[in-house]
Amino acid sequence: MNALLRTPLYDLHQALGARMVGFAGYAMPVQFAGVMAEHRHCRAAAALFDVSHMGQVILGGRGAAQALEALVPVDVAGLAPGRQRYGFFTNDAGGIEDDLMIANRGDHLLLVVNAARKASDLALLEGAMAGVEAVTDRALLALQGPGAAAALAALVPGAAAMRFMDVAVLDWDGAALWVSRSGYTGEDGYEISVPEDRAVDLAEALLARPGVLPAGLGARDSLRLEAGLCLYGQDIDEATTPVEAGLAWAIQKVRRRGGAREGGFPGAARILAELAEGPARRRVGLLPEGRAPMRAGVPLFASEDAAEPAGAITSGTYGPTLDRPVAMGYLPLAQSTPGTTVWGELRGKRLPLRVAPLPFHQPRYRT
Amino acid sequence: MKFTEEHEWLRIEGEQIVVGITEYAAEQLGDIVFVELPEPETQVAKGDEVCVIESVKAASDILAPLDGEITEINPALADNPALVNEDPQREGWFFKMQIDDPAVLDAFMDEDEYKEFIS
Repeated sequence: MNALLRTPLYDLHQALGARMVGFAGYAMPVQFAGVMAEHRHCRAAAALFDVSHMGQVILGGRGAAQALEALVPVDVAGLAPGRQRYGFFTNDAGGIEDDLMIANRGDHLLLVVNAARKASDLALLEGAMAGVEAVTDRALLALQGPGAAAALAALVPGAAAMRFMDVAVLDWDGAALWVSRSGYTGEDGYEISVPEDRAVDLAEALLARPGVLPAGLGARDSLRLEAGLCLYGQDIDEATTPVEAGLAWAIQKVRRRGGAREGGFPGAARILAELAEGPARRRVGLLPEGRAPMRAGVPLFASEDAAEPAGAITSGTYGPTLDRPVAMGYLPLAQSTPGTTVWGELRGKRLPLRVAPLPFHQPRYRT
Repeated sequence: MKFTEEHEWLRIEGEQIVVGITEYAAEQLGDIVFVELPEPETQVAKGDEVCVIESVKAASDILAPLDGEITEINPALADNPALVNEDPQREGWFFKMQIDDPAVLDAFMDEDEYKEFIS
């Protein structure tokens, strides 16, 4: 196995007492004080996450928006300067190659992609357009929670006026911060790209603000699950379509049937048909009725004695905010209505779960 | 008190042993949210999976440290699995078992040996 890569915050994590794990080839903090405490602190105050393992990519070529629209079923050309939008690369079968954030920064686009998909995303982009540049000299921090705005605005006053999914370049002590008001926790907050040689300074300055504590990948996962957000490789992958995954909201009208730029992305035939006619299965929220968490891979059955599984759990854990186990998974349309009882097979026993609306935790974005 | 390489502690209580996990193990597992305990009056063999501990992050098995019969389980863990984090070596015990041959306890580590084992 290759040695794990380190982010610019590696030594700081060690100094803060993090437990480190390998994730997508990087040594990352999984927890500091503990997953439960970090999760609850993020919902109550503010948590600082290192997400420098994620890929940052600049698309600077002429016509980058049009070229990107050939890879994603998203309205990129209509994305206003200073705004960001969620999207996904699709494949010819209509599956998802990766999910990403797309920001219009005036004279270029900035993408943020998943760590594990960086290399394949870059190859895909470079095959489709000129002017693709991987950003390799910047760290990425996420400051999340109801206290995030006050903490960041104390350092960078311009952050306060930003709204959900705004992006801006803000100066902090001579460093250009690429800030977006967004995140992966279901809370208000920011994602901040910072030059790598200033990353520790910025992290320490944020951690010095009242109410800001470090948090690791463990809390990031339970927070995003409660917020109903997908994890690539678990809840969405090459074999799930955006419509099955409940992500049709991210496909704007202009790319749908009858839109001015209808189709023109990989897998358009299947995805547009599913948008019109409905998918055969859907991603759903699931609430196990007992206290035992049911995790990714647990097969789901339509009845207690059904012979064949109807679907499977793709993410599951204990939800600290809800104080109960929570999960997501895929079920045929017939079983996907909230309130339906299905059965998960855990350690040889069939245990009931209730299909529930997503998200479990209502997001508190500053829209 | 005796200790196993699977990070269980065994406390001798008359003809029974009380079994739980060590402070070190509880710390490594993190926040425990669910414990599945065995049925009392079950015969178990050394190495059988008798409990499942679920933390926020993952599920782990607890193995029977010895052959014997499960006589009692800790009723407090059903409502408050966090007891295992708060007081792993006392209030957070898992089960008691009647063992066939108390002499086999000699094979386990004492506290000093266990401390060396985890260091």
